[in-house]
Amino acid sequence: MECHITTEAAQLPRRLRAAHRTWPHLAGAVALAAACVGWVAPATAQSKFPDHTINYIIPFAPGGESDIAARLQEPFFKKYAGVTVAIQYRTGAGGATAWAQLNNMENTGYTIMGTNLPHIVLQPMQKGSGYDTDDLQNVYWFQYTPDALIVPAASPYKTLKELVDYAKKNPAKLTVGGTGTASGNQVAQVRFDKIAGIKTTYVPFKGTGAVNTALLGHHVDASWGYTTVRLGLGDQVRCLAVAMPARHPAIPDCPTFKELGYDMIGGVYRGVAVPKTTPKDIQERLSTILGQINKDPEFIKQMEKAGFSMVDVDLAGMTAFMAKMKKELVPAAQSLGLKP
Amino acid sequence: MTPVDFLLGALSVNNLLLSLLGVAAGIVIGALPGLTATMAVAVLVPFTFGMNAASGLIMLGAIYMGAIYGGSYSAILLNTPGTPSAIATTFEGYPMAKRGDGDLALTLACLVSVFGGLFGAFALLLIAPPMAQFALRFGPVEYFWFAVFGLTLIASLGEESMLKSLIGCCLGLLLAMIGLAEVGGDVRFTGGTSLLLGGIDIVAALIGLYCVPVLIDLVATPKPHLETSKHGAGFRLHDAMGVILRGKFNLMRSSVIGTIVGILPGAGGSIAAIVAYAEAKRGAKEGDGWGHGNPQGIVATESANNATVGGGLIPTLVLGIPGTPVDAVILGALLVQGIRVGPSLFSEQSSVSYVFMYGLIIATLIMLPVGLLLGRYAFKLIISIPKEVLTPAVAFMTILGSFAINNDANNVVQMVLLGGIGWVLGRFGFSVTPVVLGIILESIAESGFVQAYIIGGARGSLAGEFLGNPISMVIIGLIILSVVYATIRGRKRGSVNG
Repeated sequence: MECHITTEAAQLPRRLRAAHRTWPHLAGAVALAAACVGWVAPATAQSKFPDHTINYIIPFAPGGESDIAARLQEPFFKKYAGVTVAIQYRTGAGGATAWAQLNNMENTGYTIMGTNLPHIVLQPMQKGSGYDTDDLQNVYWFQYTPDALIVPAASPYKTLKELVDYAKKNPAKLTVGGTGTASGNQVAQVRFDKIAGIKTTYVPFKGTGAVNTALLGHHVDASWGYTTVRLGLGDQVRCLAVAMPARHPAIPDCPTFKELGYDMIGGVYRGVAVPKTTPKDIQERLSTILGQINKDPEFIKQMEKAGFSMVDVDLAGMTAFMAKMKKELVPAAQSLGLKP
Repeated sequence: MTPVDFLLGALSVNNLLLSLLGVAAGIVIGALPGLTATMAVAVLVPFTFGMNAASGLIMLGAIYMGAIYGGSYSAILLNTPGTPSAIATTFEGYPMAKRGDGDLALTLACLVSVFGGLFGAFALLLIAPPMAQFALRFGPVEYFWFAVFGLTLIASLGEESMLKSLIGCCLGLLLAMIGLAEVGGDVRFTGGTSLLLGGIDIVAALIGLYCVPVLIDLVATPKPHLETSKHGAGFRLHDAMGVILRGKFNLMRSSVIGTIVGILPGAGGSIAAIVAYAEAKRGAKEGDGWGHGNPQGIVATESANNATVGGGLIPTLVLGIPGTPVDAVILGALLVQGIRVGPSLFSEQSSVSYVFMYGLIIATLIMLPVGLLLGRYAFKLIISIPKEVLTPAVAFMTILGSFAINNDANNVVQMVLLGGIGWVLGRFGFSVTPVVLGIILESIAESGFVQAYIIGGARGSLAGEFLGNPISMVIIGLIILSVVYATIRGRKRGSVNG
């Protein structure tokens, strides 16, 4: 697929074969059938990892940020690892369903799963999430979508200052939408309210589509979203500020919180984890592959165009990074009533 | 560029071939319970990256259109909706197939699906920007009342007693509360395990509640699964056209309902078809054989669910807000292609969006011959397979299908358990449809209520939030009408006390 295609018709038979190969659901079903009759594949030589298709499980519905990022990575796996990936979806409970099952999956490195921060820190603080943050063996964090405070284009608030001034005079009157409860968006709301010394009312929605409808329809006054939301909705909305160290190249008109005097950097980080018992050398290899993909100029260009910001946390830096994130997130989580 | 150029662009050999393949693949995927349109489109998205944007979109649109129609096959022949959109098609479709009119039902479904699909696609082409603004008028309160309206329709749907319908509906509402509430964050009824954290999967529920009782009956009774057709091997186009001509008004009304419900993000084809069915039944005379294979039911449901395809693309393309889960995937594909949706798509980058819209219309037209042929093949297949082979084959499909939803064996367990519940309910004269409706509508009603309550609280006027806007008042009016109608009808039949 990396080749430039001139006539689609000529490529069709090949594509169909490829579609058949990568059809994850049937493949998964066949695997189940094989497991049912007790057939287990002989262990493959780990020195040549990877030599066949890697299953890449996304714990969210197709079409979301995690899915889009994985779809953009897909062709580069072929380039740097020489194998295809089969992207599958296992949705439920904001990702917790899949993360709770990860350590029961095959530990050969051929099963990898998308992970998200702050989800994997906040969810285990609630009861019954079925996993602990430390249960997940993350091998790479490759991108994040910075938090952004967004208002409809016709909103009376032209700048962040105007919005903060209104919220100061009218505590809890300003309604701010976001996706989910105790989610990345609500953490951003709690953190900013604290930094700015204001009180706003957070309204949780199911998914980006729902909160965007409420925002464009003026059912909420503003919303905590990400850079991707501003890019997806275009000129229908205005981005008041974004929580990054410097302005995002795709939305240069949106100032950072930092330049407006609020020390806030954050967002949802996305990475990849493997079952805990996956051999260390395989984990290293996966971390290297993901790092190579993440430094490909063509990949970076596509990711930034879609509103993502690149980060590079590999296996070596994982422990330190996770400790730093936990330290940052726990106070916000406590304001949400969660206990570590 | 002129409309003729767009049309010619859509008519290129490439695009026609992609439409044909997309529609055929979509129908097959839609017909298999568990393989849904969302998955079909998501799996094929990477293959569109190498194509030009319009061709890729046309293929995705064709799959989507085909899958929504394909769901009617298993609904009619096996009483199992192939996709959630086909739930209401089981009401009249399966009884028709039972009595030997399966061929007519399939032909009819094809004709009205094409009509509904065209209706939605033309709405997208001609009036998308103003219609998208309508979608924005629907906030949390409106969704809450809309879901309540959907619940009142349950009373007018069933032929069994109203009390039993309401009990079934409450069971559905309770089942839907299992798991983590995305709005509010509470963990409910999971028994402390992570197995139920994700809640009941709606597709697993559909397969279990509808298909397992049919399977048990297949084994328990000596009768053949379906009566063979008395009408030879024809398409029965003449009979089907007669039904459609008698139901012209029903067809138009259902297509309008489908388009409008499609525009509302989060509602979707299942609700559109159920609303259209309830309205068709309400508009008809008593005792027209509703619930026993009245072909007008198929006219209503299949035109409405295919009209949601074009309707759902309206907010997707105009606002960048997906109307349905499939639209979310299509939106993701657009983003990767570097196409910015929004009103500008209808002017600046017009060549892509208009070629796509004409392509969608052409794909819908292609669905007519393809659907008729595949439908006849499916009918013959189900009719000719002996019961001893059909039953295990379908049983295997239910397991495969419920596993394929999420590649998760938990969903298979859910499907089997709900299947058992569905069979027991059936023995006691309960229909499973109120249960399914309860499952679908609970989350819309609950999140709408919670959000409206928070917003109303912040703005200092709960009553104003819930009652003080025109759309809410119209929907509340519809709710009252719906309840009054059901009560009067119940009294007439002397069964109000169930």
